[in-house]
Amino acid sequence: MDHLKTDPPRAHYRNNVMTSACQIANKPDASPVPPLYARVYGNVRSGEDFAMRQVNGTKEMEWVAQIRRVCDDRDEAAFAELFAHFAPRVKAFLMKSGASSSLAEECAQDVMATVWHKAQLFDPARASVATWIFTIARNRRIDALRKQRRPEPEDLGWGPEPEPDQSEVLGLQQESEKLTKALRQLPEKQRELVEKAYYGELSHTEIAEQTGLPLGTIKSRIRLALERLRHAMAQG
Amino acid sequence: MAYSAGQLPEAFNLVVATHISLCDECRARLASFDAVGGAVLEECEAAPMSEDSLMATLARLRDAPPEPRRERNSAGTAQAQVRKVFPTPLQDYVGGGLDAVKWRPLGGGVRQAILPTSREARVRLLHIPAGLAVPDHGHRGIELTQVLQGAFRDEHDRFGPGDIEIATEADVHTPVAEPGVDCICLAATDAPLRFSALLPRLAQPFFRI
Repeated sequence: MDHLKTDPPRAHYRNNVMTSACQIANKPDASPVPPLYARVYGNVRSGEDFAMRQVNGTKEMEWVAQIRRVCDDRDEAAFAELFAHFAPRVKAFLMKSGASSSLAEECAQDVMATVWHKAQLFDPARASVATWIFTIARNRRIDALRKQRRPEPEDLGWGPEPEPDQSEVLGLQQESEKLTKALRQLPEKQRELVEKAYYGELSHTEIAEQTGLPLGTIKSRIRLALERLRHAMAQG
Repeated sequence: MAYSAGQLPEAFNLVVATHISLCDECRARLASFDAVGGAVLEECEAAPMSEDSLMATLARLRDAPPEPRRERNSAGTAQAQVRKVFPTPLQDYVGGGLDAVKWRPLGGGVRQAILPTSREARVRLLHIPAGLAVPDHGHRGIELTQVLQGAFRDEHDRFGPGDIEIATEADVHTPVAEPGVDCICLAATDAPLRFSALLPRLAQPFFRI
């Protein structure tokens, strides 16, 4: 790790919340505290990462840790691991959206470069790494294939920018893993349609032309598929 | 879902982005659609990258100047006022706040400003003085109307700040701005409106509505 290059850890908390949160970070069982204050700060991070990977060893949490290393340490080895896993998937995703192999390759590189540059904007309490990279790839696809801008919703301000609560992060990352499994278990036909809808550049009408299914069937299958996913998530 | 999958025309994307900036419930729904997108990506069968692609990307990163750290909550007090009416995605299109809008009269006191987007659909800001009505009209396609300030009523419902109205071909309505504050809306259409009265119909081509 190159400590000289390390950015100052989360420079933007100047708020008095910091004091209280740091105190809480030192006594982890202070439970009756409002969630905002119960957040954990940077100085205990690295040890905690390690502990968490030991306990949970889930793939999603590992990606989160890699992104953090990219963000905090500009760690090229961590980036290489992310690249090896996600770049070929982004490329495949873009090709299924109608991009040529060379365009998809170029865009996948752009997407991964964006991952590097915007790593500090990734919030593991709100999305899995795959979801975050999906949104970057989708926006890149719109730029490349349509030469349009894509307006994004305003990012919510969270007051002082705290490190997200680790249990929230873990919860969300586990949910994401569950969702991936649930998607895998959908009946073939439903899964195909959901995937087609996301590969994009295909409206429901175009899917109808490709598959020869009536539009109503497609809409209800997609609805049914999303319904099943929701159900799978609720069951736990 | 279509927004999450990136399939809407730019004009509709802008209205959706604006709405999501104002509506927590829809923000949560978008997050869940994005999560499905993430799962779809994860399940993609990998397409091998060319051998030198990682090295090429790393080389690019080393050359690139360090990105300035963007502060998430940069809302200064001066901007706070503007933000109340125009959320960020809309501000980007207008090039500023309410006072940066180049309004054009649309007749009857109503003013509009068309925002630059791709041609499949149009999006415009509408300024309807308090208490005034927009001539009654139907729709040839879908019309999304996001209320930013004030409120309007039509035959069916009332729409206040943050609300979005979705009108389809089946709807004919006469929106009336409520008394009090002037009503400002962002409206996207993918086909011209169908005005019931003759005069607005004649004026339509000139106002591109």
